Amino acid sequence: MKVIVDEEKCVAAGQCVAASMEVFDQRDDDGIVVLLNENPPAELADDVRHAAAVCPALAISIEE
Amino acid sequence: MTPPDQVLVVGASAAGVSTVEALRRKQYSGEITVLGAETHAPYDRPPLSKQVLSGAWAPDKAELRTREMLSALEAEFVLGDSAIALDPAARTVQTAAGRTLRADAIVIATGVRPRTLPHDDLVGVHVLRTLDDSLALRADLLISRRLVVVGEGVLGAEIAATARTLGLDVTMTGPQSAPMALQVGTVVSQVLAELHTERGVRLRLGAGVRSLVGAGGRVAGVELGTGEVLPADVVVVAIGAIPATEWLEGSGLLLDNGVVCDSRCRAAEGIYAVGDVARWHHDHFGELIRLENRTNATEQAMAVAAVIVGEDRPYAPVPYFWTDQFDAKLQVHGVLRADAEVDIVEGQTSARRFVARYRSAGVTTGVLGWNMPKQARLHRQEVVDALTVPIS
Repeated sequence: MKVIVDEEKCVAAGQCVAASMEVFDQRDDDGIVVLLNENPPAELADDVRHAAAVCPALAISIEE
Repeated sequence: MTPPDQVLVVGASAAGVSTVEALRRKQYSGEITVLGAETHAPYDRPPLSKQVLSGAWAPDKAELRTREMLSALEAEFVLGDSAIALDPAARTVQTAAGRTLRADAIVIATGVRPRTLPHDDLVGVHVLRTLDDSLALRADLLISRRLVVVGEGVLGAEIAATARTLGLDVTMTGPQSAPMALQVGTVVSQVLAELHTERGVRLRLGAGVRSLVGAGGRVAGVELGTGEVLPADVVVVAIGAIPATEWLEGSGLLLDNGVVCDSRCRAAEGIYAVGDVARWHHDHFGELIRLENRTNATEQAMAVAAVIVGEDRPYAPVPYFWTDQFDAKLQVHGVLRADAEVDIVEGQTSARRFVARYRSAGVTTGVLGWNMPKQARLHRQEVVDALTVPIS
């Protein structure tokens, strides 16, 4: 699985972090998404798909 | 309980599309039909008052999903046709074009429509809900000098900020004393008032609008209850929205500021409601609530998809919304009550970077971050923890 984040679309809601904190974080200054792991392992895949689904700015894309 | 053979989703915006996605992610393999009134491919609304209005984004950047992602859902999208009637017992929906759609489970996701002011068809008076509204407003802003925004809530404040950034002379008017006073309370709305004023938005707040004034068929001003007339080349009316439930009159469903549902977002057997149109029983608040925000559309859709496939669970979210105005990013987790005790728990309002905590009867019910999104999210935990305390 490859995860791509669009910083321009990100609205800093942080829902991705709540969904998968091993894969996503937020920048301290402006809360924009930080992708911690571009190729998360299989056991995190469901959480990452959930993160992409809940992102209110549609800033996360996944290539399976 | 076996899942239904077919699901019909009425509404193809965020809540509707999220419902389809959530069903497929739950491995639902039955037929799904989505009925959408607009002809555009499903799109996101938050950018309509910001990036699409400013021109920073072309409209297609606001699409909810790519064409490939939508077709991977293997759902039939029927667009450009509106639902006009529902028969809950027969599980059928009639459409304006004369279709009869039937499904064992029906999800109502028809959203809201903007409130309007009487304006005798004056040209240059706008509302903002749809992509077409946003593009029409943008076209008018580009040829106008003076904008009056009627409405001091979230949408009005965002439109005022976007238009001011485009260089227009902007006046915001509304009955509250400060921008977003009803949504964020006295302390924070005062900071917002200062921000808008610094950026050149004129605030004429604390008064209602008596009428819109025209000249030669075009809007020329906004007359306030005080008698003052605000000159305008273009006017936006952003005074709230009404749930789109007219098509459900006579269906037998309880309609009261939205489609009334139980804690599972169920309006009747096999009938659910999600998003802006849904008014459901929130177990933690112990009452019916209706949320008009973007994250609820998706979260509620996920909750309803779970119920449809047989996972019986109440939907009791911590509400969340955000707003971006000028260089201010506000994030709100939980509920900010009007009579709340507000404390700045991080940063300072003078630095325009802070987190405010809202407490009622000593219980943290909400937190607001101003340019401190990560810190606000961390403080959200106080709101969550407070929800585990039984409320009598």
